[in-house]
Amino acid sequence: MMLADAGGVSKKFGDFTAVDGVDLTVARGEVVGLLGANGAGKTTLMKMLLGLISPTAGRVELFGEMMTPDARRRIGYVPQGLGLYEDLTVAENLQFVARAFGVDPPQLGDLASAKDVLVRELSLGLRRRTAFLGALSHRPELLILDEPTSGVDVIARSDLWDTIRATAEEGSGVLVSTHHMEEVDQCDRLVVMAGGRVVLAGTMDEIVGDSVSGTERTERFERRFAELAVA
Amino acid sequence: MNETNWGLERVSVILGNTRALQDVSLTLGPGSVVGVAGGDGAGKTTLLRTLLGLLAPSSGTVDRPDGDAVGYLPTGSGVYPDLTVDENLKFAAGAYGVHGDDYRSGRDELLGRTGLEAAHNRLGRNLSGGMRQKLGLAMALVHRPRLLVLDEPSTGVDPVSRSELWRLVSDAARDGAAVVMTTTYLDEAGRCDAVCVLDEGVVLLQGHPNELVADMGGSVGEATQRPDTPYAWRRGASWRMWSPDDFKSSGVRSVVPDLQDAVIVAALRRRHETNGVAA
Repeated sequence: MMLADAGGVSKKFGDFTAVDGVDLTVARGEVVGLLGANGAGKTTLMKMLLGLISPTAGRVELFGEMMTPDARRRIGYVPQGLGLYEDLTVAENLQFVARAFGVDPPQLGDLASAKDVLVRELSLGLRRRTAFLGALSHRPELLILDEPTSGVDVIARSDLWDTIRATAEEGSGVLVSTHHMEEVDQCDRLVVMAGGRVVLAGTMDEIVGDSVSGTERTERFERRFAELAVA
Repeated sequence: MNETNWGLERVSVILGNTRALQDVSLTLGPGSVVGVAGGDGAGKTTLLRTLLGLLAPSSGTVDRPDGDAVGYLPTGSGVYPDLTVDENLKFAAGAYGVHGDDYRSGRDELLGRTGLEAAHNRLGRNLSGGMRQKLGLAMALVHRPRLLVLDEPSTGVDPVSRSELWRLVSDAARDGAAVVMTTTYLDEAGRCDAVCVLDEGVVLLQGHPNELVADMGGSVGEATQRPDTPYAWRRGASWRMWSPDDFKSSGVRSVVPDLQDAVIVAALRRRHETNGVAA
């Protein structure tokens, strides 16, 4: 059973087709990267998976059935803006999320020393960590992340990816939207969208060639991406 | 510093009770692109604002060309949402005293190079993130500055627009501008002629990207399970680890490190050596 399974899914806003016949799956244990230029349809697709908007055509199944209110309980989501309350402390934010899902607040771990700090006063790295902890507190089976590590330093980024990979290793599936090579390299496979369609799917090595490293890898990735985005 | 180089010499900046920059030196020369890398709070924007004269250093010296010879792309592009593309460019040009034929030829060239011709009548608020950053860059270039200062030009920009931005930046450097840009991504810093990595206001690493990798010392290895060392980090589904010695006897597979590995190792060493944790 796929955790998320979109088949021929489309979304129109008036005359504009934002998502056009897309197939996408996320299985247990894998981290799938969702790429595309601004306006390619990534966010619309994610919102359909989250049940925030309904498709014009096609089907979206979560956990083997059509979208149900219960399915939402099994999804964790960290939006690009993180969705934290800036006027609440770290502990209050986490209590709020936990209560909304009817679970106990998560163990604070390395955030313990910041538990009484207002989110507005936190560094971006700690804000991201707080949002992750909140999104994981109900042990979701499907985790959806929008540019999860942008703006943070290398160690914070590595720690966040450790959390993402550990979540996948425990049997959840993860869908990550990203623009950046450092995040792309952390994914098991990639789905590239342009003009509302999937134009490429595969592993990074399949896309750029497996013996390419460093700056050349980034440049090849961008070239490949540019070819696809205009196609 | 000679008269064609600019930059910072042993600069420290105190903001409130925080030492935002500590003893940072950076040389910017015509034709070269210098990347300043680091996470949120590392001091990148403070460095640029000090270079621009918007913040005064508490010690050290700052060299920059006169105001009109500096182009600046702030975070968030500096584009006015209520003005069209044309109006934004005209406003920026006017602010630098570029008028008449000079302005018109500059505008046509920049609109062509940024691919914004078709959008020239569109309001700033209706541009995509990539288009907005390209317009912001065009506004910073319209008076042909000798020093170009870019604060996170590629944040939120997709890979297609990013490679277009890079082409514009490379063209400006080829035409003789000294360029300094901040980024949180090391794959991007790795394309610069020199990189300065900041961590909590101090220089963690500085030099040509290839030299930083070559000079990191020790060995980087790869493991499928979390290694039992504080010098370990995630890389995709596997782990990487660093040791001051080689891994020959321990059966760990060695890998060729890249700039990302070099910066992580430097950051871990700084953190652990401060706390007295051995490798």
